Amino acid sequence: MTTDSLPARTDVRPQPSRSEPPARRPLLARLRPGAGRQHHAGPVTYLLLTVAALFSLFPLYWTMVAASTDNTRVSQTPPPFLPGPHLLENLGKAWQDAALGKAMINSLVVAGVIALSTVLFATLAGFAFAKLRFKGRNILLMLVIGTMMVPPQLGVVPLFMMMTELGWGQKLPAVIFPTLVSAVGVFFMRQYFTEALPDELVEAGRVDGAHSLRIFWSIVLPIARPPMAVLFMITFVHAWNDFFWPFIVLDMTNPTVPVALTQLSAGYIRDQSLIMAGALLGTLPLLAMFVVFGRQIVGGIMQGAVKG
Amino acid sequence: MATSLPTTRTGERERSRRRRRTLLHRLDLRGAPYAFITPFFVVFAAFSFYPLVYTAWISLHRVELATMNVMEWVAFDNYTALWQDERFWNALLNTLTLGALSTVPQLLIALGLAHLLNYRLRGSTFFRVAAITPYATSVGAAALVFTMLFERDFGMINWMLSLVGVDNIDWENNKWAAQAAISTIVIWRWTGYNALLYLAAMQAVPRERYEAAAIDGASRWQQFISVTVPGIRSTIVFTIVLSTIGATQLFGEPLIFGQGPMGVTGGADNQYQTLGLLLYEEGWKNYQMGRAATVAWVMFLLLILVFVVQRVVKRLASRRASSVRTS
Repeated sequence: MTTDSLPARTDVRPQPSRSEPPARRPLLARLRPGAGRQHHAGPVTYLLLTVAALFSLFPLYWTMVAASTDNTRVSQTPPPFLPGPHLLENLGKAWQDAALGKAMINSLVVAGVIALSTVLFATLAGFAFAKLRFKGRNILLMLVIGTMMVPPQLGVVPLFMMMTELGWGQKLPAVIFPTLVSAVGVFFMRQYFTEALPDELVEAGRVDGAHSLRIFWSIVLPIARPPMAVLFMITFVHAWNDFFWPFIVLDMTNPTVPVALTQLSAGYIRDQSLIMAGALLGTLPLLAMFVVFGRQIVGGIMQGAVKG
Repeated sequence: MATSLPTTRTGERERSRRRRRTLLHRLDLRGAPYAFITPFFVVFAAFSFYPLVYTAWISLHRVELATMNVMEWVAFDNYTALWQDERFWNALLNTLTLGALSTVPQLLIALGLAHLLNYRLRGSTFFRVAAITPYATSVGAAALVFTMLFERDFGMINWMLSLVGVDNIDWENNKWAAQAAISTIVIWRWTGYNALLYLAAMQAVPRERYEAAAIDGASRWQQFISVTVPGIRSTIVFTIVLSTIGATQLFGEPLIFGQGPMGVTGGADNQYQTLGLLLYEEGWKNYQMGRAATVAWVMFLLLILVFVVQRVVKRLASRRASSVRTS
């Protein structure tokens, strides 16, 4: 087995980092566009890629179109292709009807806290697994990888009982606590440290008499900022979009955005353009993030197969 | 004397400080790694592992939503009831068909897309970001939008089909049409993501292999089949596993498609009710938590089955590969 596939290294036995072959090309070099094959794209390639991009973007564009017309225009054939004049008005109405203000704040809190804690704990554990020596390290790492394969959704019944017992039913901690850590995150950070943090730096810190937390704080954290940012964004996206468990444990008086969106088609509002306006509002924060940080998110996904 | 006293004192203090420091140092070296990984394992144990195990225990009881602390032992009654329940077999079958309909095209398209993205491109960043933009859309929003696009009377998709002479399709009530529509949502959201995983793997395939194949006279297509695909095989396996896990958990898309949050039945005739929806219906609509736990545990067994099958296939494949190599 060669290391021909970055993301799928789940089946690679954890090796002591010192035996890592020094001649390996750095991660970023391998991810540069066109690093593998150098064929130039022909017109057919561009055509196909444009079609693919259209498929990706059209539903979102059309959401905007539908959100900017009114109910009667949406339900005519042929359907509208160009934006109408009612966008702001519809956005405002949807915002109120689906109580999106509260949902936005809730989602921001939930996704923010989850992303922060995932990044912190993943960086700590990833660093320990990559650069510290301790008994049982390999077995514990295998355990982390094994936990990736267990979907947390399967525990919802006891989880629901637990949260009710704790008095957290319908409250945000019920959504936050179960996802404070992520195995994929730990693995992702470990990969980064194994490849990008030289042992000498850690050793130098030891020689200077720094304790582990100190080394972590002043040597590891500054180096790990880029992957931490990527992990933060990807975790944020997942936490923001998480649906099954929040839908079960929260109710409409205190929802996250995806939960509040289900309200839109629940019969409260039959106005189709309002439904689309709500869908658009709920997606806008992440879309904005993708517009600004798209390149970094792409790089992050390609580096680590972070799928929650 | 007045001057020497402080110096011996500081000397002593220095020594004990150093002793304490080496002790602390050793403690730090031994203990810190465990301290660093503890948060992960504590949270995982409390909120993932324990619930999973406890699910099995609950599934052997009769527990109602309103009185969750009253657990009545019923042994395997929930399992036999489930076995005899038509809805279960229907949901199981739907989960499998929806899983196949959403996973297979998704990964095939992703493979093709990754191949295209792997060319030297102008605007490669744009194409990549465009490919994963759907991934930024939550299930809720995506399902709402596609419900509109698949609307029977005025939906965009039926309108386009009408242009090529296809009659209006009832995307919600026709079983296979509904499953195709729901699969489309899944495919739309995840294809670009998988394409990026494949792209990353493709870029790590050594260029020499392509050169060698080209010297052997392999066409582009032959190179793709004989160099690219084997070169990224473990990534393909990885995405198959992840997509399969995702498919067995399918919930939001069939829930919201067509009916909104009341859609736990998965269509008027359960034509697209998945195991995830059945779990929710048993627990939070019929108030039978024991039954819900049973469905969850069956889903877990299903996953284990998938892993075993995958292992066996992988082993067979590698055995075949090695026998080919040695022959």
